[in-house]
Amino acid sequence: MLNSTRNSASSDVMPPLLELRNLSTHYVSASGSRVVRAVDDVSLTLHAGDTVGIVGESGSGKSSLALTLLRVLPPAGRIVSGQMLLDGDDLVPKPENEMRRIRGKKIGMILQDPMASLNPLFTIGDQVGEPLREHEGASRSSAWKRAIGLLKSVRIPSPETRVTQYPHEMSGGMRQRIVGAIGISCEPRLLIADEPTTSLDLTIQLQYLNLLRDLQKEHNLGLIFITHNLGIVAKMCNFLAVMYAGKMVESGPVSQVFNNPAHPYTEALLSSIPRMTENRRRLTAIEGQPPDMSNLPPGCAFAARCPRAFDRCRTEEPPVFTPAPGQTARCWLVAPESRATGAVS
Amino acid sequence: MSVTARDTAVANAGSVREWLRDVPAIPFLILGCIAFAAIFADFLAPYDPQFGSLTDRFKPPFWQHGGSLAHIFGTDHLGRDVYSRLIFGARVSMVVGFTAVIVSGVIGTVLGIVSGYLGGWVDQVIMRLTDTWLALPALTFAIFLAAIVGPSEMNIVIILAAVYWTRYARIVRGEVLSLKEREFVRLAVVAGCSKISIMRRHILPNVVNSSIVLATLMLGVVIVTEASLSFLGVGVPPPKPAWGVMLSDGKQGLMVGYWWLTVMPGVCIMLMVLSANLLGDWLRVKLDPQLRQL
Amino acid sequence: MKQFIARRIGYSLLSLLLLSLTIFLFIRLTGDPASLLAEPGASAADIAAIQKKFGLDQPVWYQYIYFMGNLLRGDLGESFYYQTPVLELYLSRLPNSLLLASVAMSFSLLLGIPTGILAAVRVGRFWDTVGKFFALLGLSLPSFLVGLLLILFFSVYLEWLPSSGSGGFLNLLMPAFALGWYFAAAHMRLTRSSMLEVMGSEYIKLARLKGLPEFKVIAKHAFKNALIPVMTLAGINLINMINVAVVVETVFAWPGIGRLLYEGISFRDFPIVQGVVIIGGSMIVAVNLLVDIVYAFVDPRIRLEA
Ligand SMILES: Nc1ncnc2c1ncn2[C@@H]1O[C@H](COP(=O)(O)OP(=O)(O)O)[C@@H](O)[C@H]1O
Ligand code: SF4
Ligand SMILES: [Mg+2]
Repeated sequence: MLNSTRNSASSDVMPPLLELRNLSTHYVSASGSRVVRAVDDVSLTLHAGDTVGIVGESGSGKSSLALTLLRVLPPAGRIVSGQMLLDGDDLVPKPENEMRRIRGKKIGMILQDPMASLNPLFTIGDQVGEPLREHEGASRSSAWKRAIGLLKSVRIPSPETRVTQYPHEMSGGMRQRIVGAIGISCEPRLLIADEPTTSLDLTIQLQYLNLLRDLQKEHNLGLIFITHNLGIVAKMCNFLAVMYAGKMVESGPVSQVFNNPAHPYTEALLSSIPRMTENRRRLTAIEGQPPDMSNLPPGCAFAARCPRAFDRCRTEEPPVFTPAPGQTARCWLVAPESRATGAVS
Repeated sequence: MSVTARDTAVANAGSVREWLRDVPAIPFLILGCIAFAAIFADFLAPYDPQFGSLTDRFKPPFWQHGGSLAHIFGTDHLGRDVYSRLIFGARVSMVVGFTAVIVSGVIGTVLGIVSGYLGGWVDQVIMRLTDTWLALPALTFAIFLAAIVGPSEMNIVIILAAVYWTRYARIVRGEVLSLKEREFVRLAVVAGCSKISIMRRHILPNVVNSSIVLATLMLGVVIVTEASLSFLGVGVPPPKPAWGVMLSDGKQGLMVGYWWLTVMPGVCIMLMVLSANLLGDWLRVKLDPQLRQL
Repeated sequence: MKQFIARRIGYSLLSLLLLSLTIFLFIRLTGDPASLLAEPGASAADIAAIQKKFGLDQPVWYQYIYFMGNLLRGDLGESFYYQTPVLELYLSRLPNSLLLASVAMSFSLLLGIPTGILAAVRVGRFWDTVGKFFALLGLSLPSFLVGLLLILFFSVYLEWLPSSGSGGFLNLLMPAFALGWYFAAAHMRLTRSSMLEVMGSEYIKLARLKGLPEFKVIAKHAFKNALIPVMTLAGINLINMINVAVVVETVFAWPGIGRLLYEGISFRDFPIVQGVVIIGGSMIVAVNLLVDIVYAFVDPRIRLEA
């Protein structure tokens, strides 16, 4: 599934850093009557040094996928099937106490909302040093010192005074850097960033993205970058995965997907790319509403909005096809037989 | 979110049967029994609740030594039949409780709608007044009023309504503020409906659910307040058999162990308030999930 | 910030004004306030003297100014029964009320906070249901009933505790329990909902993402945050307790402000009733103001809003 545009040299020898196989996560309402398939049969491979961009409308299951990876789903959420192999080791059946040693240590995560991600009652130094104390048994004073170093590495000016301050004394951009510093504090192999820049203003966004990219290069991180913004994907990522209604409807190397989108949804997204300067205009340019996730129609979930939908789309759900090497798509248009007859569209 | 919740509630209301299926049975039954006792008190009570014979004072319930089936729950310090007094006491609690809840609910809902919909200085005045009145501890406020107007059943209702309408006004106003921004109200404004008719035809039906839920929850509060006032001697005036009055009378026998004079009316109050609260909680979840926070 | 505080102070003054107006008008609602302000059984001449003294023969606005003038000077009138100024009586009873309220508060927090946390951590499960039931019971059992049942059990049957009066620590136990009972339920509810809210927050998610064990997540990151609103409520409730203790103090003959109010009622000593209501209301307005201001200092979000 990988191809040569990716920069990992050793992919055939070592197991990939992360491999998701047919992963599904559902939210079940208390009465059990409402089921949301927030992540549905998702497969994905990621090597050290790779950056995967995950895009999709709000509610398409991106955050749920990220939370699934770390197994910190809200009480209603359940991983119902699939495997998540980290260095070849499946995380799904791991007992909670082993999983805890992976969170923050091997996989770091940056949450969406920098204003709310920091505990208002503890100092920055305490919160940044916390993973070090937890995972590496660092003493209070050494965790404190390393927290200063971490703040420096995310380019926060005068870190020595910042560590003693509280979150409300910082700007949004600074807080997001701090959250980033927490994410990399134990030098994880994999970093997940869930829309880390959505709430920042433009110049700060750019600075932050540069910072993330530098950090990634420096530590040879695997980076999963969740965003609304395909412009950012083009800048940051070498692999793209598009989510729609819980499913990964298309994936492939960024250049390949940008030049040759196989799925009509990806196509629509690309034609509505907001430039970095149009921060406010998100992926809303596509007509129609996203489907009700607890009550999906039979067939292709995108059919109601798809300009190229045909009969089969409304009755049968498209499986994963491989329109080109390294690229996947869930769309009948790229089914081998339909391409063979070339009949549709 | 709130829209769907309300729509479901309305949709559910269609199938009454399904609705009744998960009514919490026990509280419903208890309130039913109390209501039954209140309505048919004259037939159910074996004795006159206000008179007794002094020769029969402090008789214990029938299962205790010295008690008899003539007075199943015993007699009080004036020889009055406790069972009969409890039954007539149910009437007092029901009448006072329901009237006070309805009167305060109507006043609060109307003022809440007016305050929220008209806004401006009307809103300011009503809300400042509401805040101020809410600042006064309800019981103290009620005692103050009772001390002014003197004890009577009618006055109790007026006092309780005067003290408790503010809670409805607060909540209803909040709802009206968000309703005002909704499409159908805007349409009505554009269509040139008068303010009064918008408030009556478009706003009122949409806040009535919350008022009913709150009223059910307030029933318990109102009954406790009435009992407290009666207990303190500023509520229902004494010969009348209110449960709070019975508790107050029961103090005379408490230290010598005439437990039934305290426990019997106490259990009645507890059952009624508990049932009202359970029913209110259930209604709240059913009709108006937004109120959950209260 | 300054603007915020100024506005809150303005609102509080307005509230006090409305409070005095409410009380003033209610007294006049029944017709002749002289009959309330006069001792029971006063002669016609006495009533006329009172009318003169309070300016009741003057126009209403004049009467209000007179009433306010007295209030502002701290003159709440004189008790008929004790023949002492109401303010003096109030202050002499205040320590007892504070003592009772503090013990009741400690009790309600000791019971309410742990059960609230337990219910939140086990939301929707067994302990949550048990907690909900107790909270409901707390709200459904009036405090005077709890008091009477306590007396029946601990004083009459077991003969362990004194049924009334003040003096010793043992005297304090039952009234404090009866008074704290209701508040324990309220504190439990708030702890639970506040804890649930905090547990759903992003910083708790981040704490879990750091790989902290659940115990640390709750004890370090959730607990402190969840407690802020509970402590605020506790502060307000301490004042509320002083003012709602009337039934409990009556049941246990505890010589606090509630008992003073009860005496005011039973001796038809109206200045006492009026004084207790005015001071109680003012205290609560003041505490609410204080809480708002402290919050504004503690919580940066409020500061930003202002
Ligand atoms: N705690 C939850 N309980 C139930 N449903 C949820 C919960 N969190 C998210 N969902 C549902 O799961 C779907 C995916 O949500 P999310 O992963 O947050 O999407 P995204 O991050 O792409 O915006 C949405 O339909 C949302 O309504
Ligand atoms: S399967 Fe059909 S409806 Fe779905 S995206 Fe492809 S063409 Fe459109
Ligand atoms: Mg998201």
